[in-house]
Amino acid sequence: MTDAATGPDQITGATPDNALRTADRAEAGPVLSADGTPLKTSLNRALRREKMRALLLVSPLLIFILVTFIAPIADMLFRSVENRIVADTLPQTVAGLDQSSLEVPGEPTFEDLYFDLFLAAEAKKHTQLGTRLNYESAGVSSLFRSSGRRLDDIGEETQDALEDLDESWGEAGFWYGLMNNADDSDDALLKSERARVKALTAEPTGGDIAFAPSAEIAQILPRTTRAYTAWAVYIALIDDDVVAEEEPWEAVYAALGVDLERDATLEALATYAGPGADQLRAAAEADLPSVDYRAAFVEMDDGWGETEVWNTLRTYSSEYTIGYFLNAIDLQLTPNGIEKRPDRESIYLMLFQRTLVMSLIITISCIILGYPIAWLLANLPMRSANLLMILVLLPFWTSLLVRTSAWKILLQQQGVINDLLVWIGIVSNTGRLVLINNQTGTIIAMTHILLPFMILPLYSVMKTIPVTYVRAAKSLGATDWTAFWRVYFPNSVPGIGAGSILVFILSIGYYITPELVGGTSGVFISNRIAYHISSSLNWGLAAALGTILLAAVLMLYYTYDRMVGIDNVKLGG
Amino acid sequence: MSGLPIYATTGQRVWYYTFRVICGLIFFFLIAPIAVIIPLSFNAEDFFTFTPKMLALDPDGYSLKHYRDFFTNNDWQQALWNSFRIAPMATILSVSFGTLAAIGLSQQHVPFRRVIMAVLISPMIVPLIISAAGMYFFYSRIGLQGTYWGVVLAHAALGIPFVIITVTATLVGFDRSLTRASANLGADPVTTFFRVQMPLILPGVISGGLFAFITSFDEVVVVLFVGSAGQKTLPWQMFTGLREQISPTILAVATILVALSILLLATLEILRRRSERLRGMSPG
Repeated sequence: MTDAATGPDQITGATPDNALRTADRAEAGPVLSADGTPLKTSLNRALRREKMRALLLVSPLLIFILVTFIAPIADMLFRSVENRIVADTLPQTVAGLDQSSLEVPGEPTFEDLYFDLFLAAEAKKHTQLGTRLNYESAGVSSLFRSSGRRLDDIGEETQDALEDLDESWGEAGFWYGLMNNADDSDDALLKSERARVKALTAEPTGGDIAFAPSAEIAQILPRTTRAYTAWAVYIALIDDDVVAEEEPWEAVYAALGVDLERDATLEALATYAGPGADQLRAAAEADLPSVDYRAAFVEMDDGWGETEVWNTLRTYSSEYTIGYFLNAIDLQLTPNGIEKRPDRESIYLMLFQRTLVMSLIITISCIILGYPIAWLLANLPMRSANLLMILVLLPFWTSLLVRTSAWKILLQQQGVINDLLVWIGIVSNTGRLVLINNQTGTIIAMTHILLPFMILPLYSVMKTIPVTYVRAAKSLGATDWTAFWRVYFPNSVPGIGAGSILVFILSIGYYITPELVGGTSGVFISNRIAYHISSSLNWGLAAALGTILLAAVLMLYYTYDRMVGIDNVKLGG
Repeated sequence: MSGLPIYATTGQRVWYYTFRVICGLIFFFLIAPIAVIIPLSFNAEDFFTFTPKMLALDPDGYSLKHYRDFFTNNDWQQALWNSFRIAPMATILSVSFGTLAAIGLSQQHVPFRRVIMAVLISPMIVPLIISAAGMYFFYSRIGLQGTYWGVVLAHAALGIPFVIITVTATLVGFDRSLTRASANLGADPVTTFFRVQMPLILPGVISGGLFAFITSFDEVVVVLFVGSAGQKTLPWQMFTGLREQISPTILAVATILVALSILLLATLEILRRRSERLRGMSPG
């Protein structure tokens, strides 16, 4: 209830655009203003200046709201579809994975997996990926955790063999000399490995690392160079060590083992004359232990040999996914398309339904309780109405937690209400009612909390219904009931609409009261969102649930705005 | 409409009194929960119900021990202090940005007025849990999560719609010829604002500020997510108390907060009357 709206056209008087219209209507030649410019131009300029001034006054707040409120909401919407973690943690594996297959992939993919997982395990990010995929397929979390611990063993075998062959393989300087070539470097490789480490660790990786992968050696030993470069970026920028002084980690040895088994490497090595050529040729000729990566992974954990893990990886390898939204409506993404979740995991549709049904019950209770009060307040003389209004406004202004704690205390089995009922004799001492930690508790407490939001809009609409309408109806022969139902009630419907939407919007997003008095059967979707943010840490799902809830609220908000006008909301008094 | 006409039938009489009784019961429902906790907070025992001694109005049944606990317990005092550190700062931010924007919005020509208004009011409409989730995600990214300023900014954003609504409502009744007259008499825009416009819209600004203050002071969902242990406010402490071990001290705190809201309600009522008098309306 604020008063009439302030649309620009309701202001009469000398405003620039009224004058503009007058100027338009003028039939004579251009009217000139005092400084000689045509009046129209000068008025246009004034109008523009006025608009700019209004925008300038609003802009600080607009920027403030955009940064502190709209950006967080946008971030949440983004998180509900974002799924970069798989591609960030296992980039090569995902790139090499055959999306159309439903089988366990072949040896090359397992090799990719080894080198991806090794770096991820060093950065301690593999467990995060495990947790993420565990939402989709139970057991993946432990698979990643246990595998992460045993990756070193595979590389160590090759490392020992190489060091037995030639001591220089254990020297940091030798490796650096072999790999580094600042004059002829493979900049694309360095850039892509920097990006990879950045995506993985979320740390800046633009700094100087005093290392440039040699383009020649990158040709001959592609995997080794890539592994060494990734290591170098990690060592220099995340661990703050000097590349030239550190012995590379096991994965680099394993990569060399893989490279030296390829025939192409042997051919290329024949003509190679750069640093370390002799050692490389010797290593190529020697009988290094041959690693079967697939067998090694299956030995670490049987899960790697099963199609389920790989199909989960395939399904969730894209950067954006609708998976969270599907989960939020009890569906799941599988390699065979969208399927329904097993019944024991389906809770969200039920929760959404419960939230809607309970909000509806609360709204209806508010209408039933609020309508008589609003009628009374609107029809009593001003003095007594104002006094009674205090009884409505005091709960409205009292802290939400105070009201919730009051209900929590009143509704307990040993609380005041049950004591009273036992004292009157309605219930026996042993048969005390369970009024809290269930749906009854939530409905009672929330009806009480939201009732003022129904009474105030209803009151303001009823205030505007002229008393004479009902009198006229009665004088025309209507009974009390007919006069009310056919004349008064239809006039008060806008108030019911406004109050209902307001109460409904507020109640479907309620968190505190259901959390405290709702137990398990009386909680809403918001409680589940809070649970996923703070306990299960499944932020994507929390964001998807939030997005669905937000969409519902915004739809209602739009209706409310159309119906009442959002700037016509009155607060209190 | 008050009182029954002398020609009322028996049926009308019965309905008239039944209706009054129904309304009385609803008022009782509205006010009783708040009224009950006040005497309960003086309970000498650690119970949440009336003891026989209290019902007999025996002075021994009453004590101030829960209040003593509130004022001596470190957790509660820290929470109270945090609330008084956060709410005023958030209020200052919302009021200064909000008043400026409300003045801008009440100009005659504002491009995209509807859209801007919808954006500025949205913190009031979006469910708190969604605001809290979004702020938690976003503030963690920019390092504001768990800081004093993170909570203050979040609360300021939540308080802004209330300031906008009350101040624009006050500005509806503002007579624009006053600013023109002032400019005509040689005042620059800043002087006009502080000497002419501000005193007239001050009641609206103050009540907007009170709304913003109480929003921040009562807020628990956002602070639960955006804040850390160092920003534990009074409502947060109450929430934990209610969820875990419920202690009777909560009753004392609740009573103090009820007193605070009565104070606030009275202030708002006085302001409303003053504002209506200034705008030449009869006090309602």
